[in-house]
Amino acid sequence: MQKTGIRKSLVLAAAAIAVLALIVAAAGCGDSGSSTSTSGIAVPSASLTGAGATFPFPIYSKWFDEFGKQYPQVNINYQSVGSGAGIQQITAQTVDFGASDAAMSDAELAKAPAELLHIPTVAGAVVITYNVEGVETGLKLTPDTLSKIFMGTITKWNDPALKADNPGVNFPDKDIVTVHRSDGSGTTNIFTSYLDTVSPDWHSQVGKGKEVKWPNGLGGKGNEGVSGQVSQTKGAIGYVELAYAKQNKLPYASMKNKAGNFVEPTVASTTAAVQGVVASLPADLRISLGNPDGKDAYPIAGFTYILVYKNQKDQAKGQALVSFLWWAIHDGSRYTAALDYVSQPPEMVKKVDDQIRKINYNGQSLAPQ
Amino acid sequence: MSSINNLRDKFRDASRPARGRLGDTLFTVIAFLAAATIILIITLLVYQLFEGALPSIRAFGADFLSSSEWDPVKDIYGARVFIYGTIVSSLLALLMAVPLSLGIAIYLSQFAPRWLRSPLGFIVELLAAIPSVVYGLWGIFVLAPFLGQTIEPFFADHLGGIPIFAGPVYGVGLFAAAVVLAIMILPTISAISRESMLNVSSDQKEAAQALGATPWETVRMSVLPLARPGIIGAIILGLGRALGETMAVTMIIGNRPEISASIFAPAYTIASVIANEFAEVTAGLHMAALVELALILLVITLLLNLLARLLVQRTGSGALKRKRS
Repeated sequence: MQKTGIRKSLVLAAAAIAVLALIVAAAGCGDSGSSTSTSGIAVPSASLTGAGATFPFPIYSKWFDEFGKQYPQVNINYQSVGSGAGIQQITAQTVDFGASDAAMSDAELAKAPAELLHIPTVAGAVVITYNVEGVETGLKLTPDTLSKIFMGTITKWNDPALKADNPGVNFPDKDIVTVHRSDGSGTTNIFTSYLDTVSPDWHSQVGKGKEVKWPNGLGGKGNEGVSGQVSQTKGAIGYVELAYAKQNKLPYASMKNKAGNFVEPTVASTTAAVQGVVASLPADLRISLGNPDGKDAYPIAGFTYILVYKNQKDQAKGQALVSFLWWAIHDGSRYTAALDYVSQPPEMVKKVDDQIRKINYNGQSLAPQ
Repeated sequence: MSSINNLRDKFRDASRPARGRLGDTLFTVIAFLAAATIILIITLLVYQLFEGALPSIRAFGADFLSSSEWDPVKDIYGARVFIYGTIVSSLLALLMAVPLSLGIAIYLSQFAPRWLRSPLGFIVELLAAIPSVVYGLWGIFVLAPFLGQTIEPFFADHLGGIPIFAGPVYGVGLFAAAVVLAIMILPTISAISRESMLNVSSDQKEAAQALGATPWETVRMSVLPLARPGIIGAIILGLGRALGETMAVTMIIGNRPEISASIFAPAYTIASVIANEFAEVTAGLHMAALVELALILLVITLLLNLLARLLVQRTGSGALKRKRS
């Protein structure tokens, strides 16, 4: 009796699996052939895989979704496993494109079996969030004060340096607790790159990277770990992505920029920061924003990249990849602001176009000329 | 008597695979292959870890164990703070979880009325089903603020002179991590201890009671000694879980690579640093150092398991002898 029961459920399970497989197969059959993109190039049917950065994942998913609606013959599968893993997988050629929040170093590029190109996609800002009694909003910070706080040389909220930046604010006599990202992240890379630019002490003692040896403070895992610890700890200060801070309505600080103005982090002020470096872009597009010019520029920001091989081995895949990149830079920019990312100014798009045109199959460029 | 022995021999023969019967041979081979898979996996695992860690082993040698420097920018790595954090957080968790678990196990197995036994046991075991990320989030938003505003300041204010209770307190840190770990290993330790206490034969307890022993004396003299191997096994399983726990600990230990005397200070464990840094590491020394940390964690777990086995054998055989005599 029991035996037949087991057999019955096995048969049922097998039937369920078969039905599922049919559904999946039917869904897969829906797209075939190719349609032409706005740029006049036929987009072939292809399946692309990518892996890497988590920071741009929301905008990339939006892009894949919208691109997929226009070109259902292209199927893009992206795993947001972290920039390091993205670099590793594109180097090992297990994915068609990688994604990283930090530009690859010369040593990393040298390990790749062929020439890799950096395609900057979007920029994002990093926001200083804090929790101190009496300053519910509108804290002002100078680069010097910020770096000293994270170096551990300014340890109290009523430090004269903080009072000087924020006239009229009554700071409590409370210890400052700094909170940083404990997991390696592009956010940390942007933040430490900024401190590295503005503070010689930071440059010589700590440096920049996705993980650094923090002089003090607590480590929180992810944006939620940092914001959780900041909001739960009186006297805490930390840094998170702009989108995360806005969506969770965290208090954030204005930063003093190179022009001497205190600027709040917004999509507009980050766009201003990007504008400040367009004139001096390096040829390989490995961009460092440093401490950008521009009177309205919010200074703590950085680009995230898609990494692709210059010489594509598979014509259909290469064509689909280039079509997607071209679409993302041109048509995709209309989706960025809603997700608190910053797209490239027109002058920069031209340079990125030139970079995409370098991607070729057998010497033949795959991009619209 | 001899006929019984004959019968026993016959059964013993029957339980061995008979030659020439294909089904039996096949079954034996399959069972052997299944067992061999485990050995193969472990061997490959150790080999892979060792190979991955080789650049770091070559670069730092034995200094890796004693150095407390961990600087991804300058590419200098040492494991001491992580080993310390791993072992101390786990031991602190045991210190809290073991007495509580034994209390639960003793009550459930000896004193609880029958109608209460299974629901209460079920609830304790339910703790094991909560995902560790949920423990972590609860740790950040509920436990850490609570500890940081009540218990930790109390100790720091009144017993701050003793280095292990010294401030400043943040809420998150070694102590908060140990409390969460203790809650996480509670179901393991109490469930297995309860089982081994239930297995103590009632003759033993009745004998103690006949001698006029109070309930506590009965537990102390007959139940605990006889259940000891099971209890030690339970503690080891709990310790194993505590040593390897990643997500919950990472979220509330503070992730500061530093050894400090105070249990309220932030610390860092091996599993946490691997979880934090592995995803963003490209090849090179940093990766090798993380893999070497994984190897060290494996060795620590292995050593503790061996130690536990020795302990169980020692105490276990003694208890059994007494039980038989």
